[in-house]
Amino acid sequence: MSRIRDNYENSRAAKFEAWLRGDYDPMSEGMEISVPKTDGSDDEIDPRAGLVISDALYDRHTNKALKRSGYVYRVLSVVLCLVMISVLLWMVQFLPKFGQPDNPANNEVSARYIEKGVEETGAVNFVTGMILDYRAFDTFGESCVLFIATICVQILLRIDKDDMTPATFRRRKESETDRLLEPKNDIILQRVSVVLVPFLFIFGIYIILNGHLSPGGGFSGGAVIGAGLILYLCSFGYKQTERFFTIRTFRIVSLVALITYCLAKSYSFYTGANHLESHIPLGTPGNILSSGLILVLNICVGSVVACTMYAFYTLFRKGDF
Amino acid sequence: MEFFRNFPFFSIMIAMFCGIVSSAVSGKSARRISLAMVTGVLVLSACTLVYVGDMGESVTYLMGHFPAPWGNEIRFGTLEAFLALYFSIIMLLSVLGGWSHVITDVEAGKENLFYVLIDMMMSSLLAMIYTNDLFTGYVFVEINTIAACGMIMIRQNGHGIVAAIRYMVMSLIGSGLFLIGLSLLYDITGHLLMVPAHEAIETVVAEGTYRVPLLVIISLMSVGMAIKSGLYPFHSWIPETYGYATPTASAVLSSLVSKGYIILLIKIFYRVIGMDVIVSSHILNALFIFGIVAMVMGSLHAIMQTDCRKMIAYSSVAQIGYIYMGIGLGTKAGMVAAIFHILTHAATKSLLFISAVGLYEVSDGRTDYNGLRNAAYRNRIAGIAFSVGALSMVGFPMLSGFISKYLFATAALERPHKMLLTLLALIISTVLNAVYFLRQVVTIYSGRPGESSSTSNFIKEAISESTFSNRFASIALILLNLFLGLFSEVVIELISRGLEIFA
Repeated sequence: MSRIRDNYENSRAAKFEAWLRGDYDPMSEGMEISVPKTDGSDDEIDPRAGLVISDALYDRHTNKALKRSGYVYRVLSVVLCLVMISVLLWMVQFLPKFGQPDNPANNEVSARYIEKGVEETGAVNFVTGMILDYRAFDTFGESCVLFIATICVQILLRIDKDDMTPATFRRRKESETDRLLEPKNDIILQRVSVVLVPFLFIFGIYIILNGHLSPGGGFSGGAVIGAGLILYLCSFGYKQTERFFTIRTFRIVSLVALITYCLAKSYSFYTGANHLESHIPLGTPGNILSSGLILVLNICVGSVVACTMYAFYTLFRKGDF
Repeated sequence: MEFFRNFPFFSIMIAMFCGIVSSAVSGKSARRISLAMVTGVLVLSACTLVYVGDMGESVTYLMGHFPAPWGNEIRFGTLEAFLALYFSIIMLLSVLGGWSHVITDVEAGKENLFYVLIDMMMSSLLAMIYTNDLFTGYVFVEINTIAACGMIMIRQNGHGIVAAIRYMVMSLIGSGLFLIGLSLLYDITGHLLMVPAHEAIETVVAEGTYRVPLLVIISLMSVGMAIKSGLYPFHSWIPETYGYATPTASAVLSSLVSKGYIILLIKIFYRVIGMDVIVSSHILNALFIFGIVAMVMGSLHAIMQTDCRKMIAYSSVAQIGYIYMGIGLGTKAGMVAAIFHILTHAATKSLLFISAVGLYEVSDGRTDYNGLRNAAYRNRIAGIAFSVGALSMVGFPMLSGFISKYLFATAALERPHKMLLTLLALIISTVLNAVYFLRQVVTIYSGRPGESSSTSNFIKEAISESTFSNRFASIALILLNLFLGLFSEVVIELISRGLEIFA
């Protein structure tokens, strides 16, 4: 009899009963939650160790299931990519031929952008007129994409001054010595950038201000200014740069630019949708001060883009400004 | 009254404005701004609903000075206004229910950034609901994706980062497929606004040209959105994402973010491609099959979980399956059922996540399923709320889950060749739901009332910490669930009336 009882304890029925009672847990071997070590001898314990769950879960050598599914994933992803590529290539032959005048994309939409663009938006550059007037809501969305991307990078990388936990302390020490591996006060770099940076800034400002007159605009001009800031930072270091560009400047500039964009466009949308007169003069096409809100919006977009580029660079390098 | 037509536009802009302003203020003020903004959106959407209530057609609103094929547009009818109202209610209650955990889960000094993400999320959800322009839809899908990513990783433990990377990879694949579909659609129609694009597609279908590209477009867009909302074979990011994020983020991600994509997909089906083209393309059958598989497999995975939050997350996989199954039926009744289930799932999943928080608070922060033993006695409101949520998911009468299941079953009767499969899947999935949800409910109520797994001092502290707003949010979500269950006719009427003018 006793043998049968032994078997019963290991049988499925018993396990099921125990599981119902809550004593037995079929997944207990696969439990991922490990109690953090609290022996106190190691003073470099991560302050968030209580939250961090054992690394074994992501380690291919210990987690066999992950290893196996890793192989399956790789094979399947290659197969999937090949299938996608062949389907898309096969479909291309059924699409309209490239560059034909009677293609569906050459319709009244682009015709009006080209023929009436100057008259309706005041911008000689059709592309600017299209993205900042006809479809300004999309472009506002795009600037918000940039804004929220900086927010996410800040969440991930920003180190706060008053955060004194050991992990961030270590990271801050690393960031203070970040110029160990990079040229420090490199004379060639400094001489070149003294010549180059003013031109970069002026050229960027030119592209932004002429966005409605010639190819260019906020996105490209902002990128040029951002590149200039980064070059200056690389050659002269944080101390010099922070004389004119700190986190405060960054916050104020991007905040003012986005709020201006938001309010200006809200006004324009509101008047447009309610068929009111907007009282924004379009000016003479071709002049710098023309094309209504487009110039203002270009300046806003340009500042946001320049700040975003610079912020990405310093956040990735140092986690701070 | 005529002024009310500006309200959808106002609500999108206010949400974005608050997001921008919140980036420069302290965490506490950011939270207040965020709560005020969501409340404001709630009121504005309610006014919009009243405004469009008995108009019998949807309102087109210019975003700028230029009409349809040239400038951006938003468009709203009964369904859109109702969804905006409903989503803002859920958003408000999720933020209220979990804000005390945001303070502990988020690094000091970054709390305001979390609310920036909440505001941007709200604006993108509203824009996806209201937009009448495909590219605007895409831009706000991007904002939604990045905001969701930030919400996941803001709790910076190892798991949060891994989950965020996983979410980002899957979600960007989804966006990429959607974008390819969008550009191809532009290539064969030459329009980005939904209504002109629909007219162009009608001529394309009538002439029989571009049949292959159209099929590819439909499948790319459907698969893209299915990946982003986590339909079964693409669900791998769901459990980690929902399981390890801060509670507000879990509630928002599971109940709103994935739903926004489904709403956009339904909008594309109805308003751009046209439902008859979609039905004849057989893509719906694929969605139907994947939905059925998701219903069963999601529940099976959920049974195998030991962590309560991961269990709730896997249950989301099953519920997303229900929604796609309803869409896949290809009838109006099926679509009504799917949209009703979107509402049900939003209310119930946020209720489950929020009430589960109330339970961990009194259980030493343990989230595994044995750790919650007896927890319902320690936090009675959270216990009741969790039980109501679980019963609603199982399909208990009087609660919203029952109505969804009933609607799915009746919708299936109209489609003889899909009827048997649907009913079988419903039965199996309901039984499996009952297994894992009731097991958890029994666990939190088992043990003697006085017995506790941790020191009584800690519990006292925890209960005083377990905020009033968490309890308030739980009770409000229970009431919302009961409302959907008891007054379902009003809601169903609203949905079907809205769907008629949706196209």
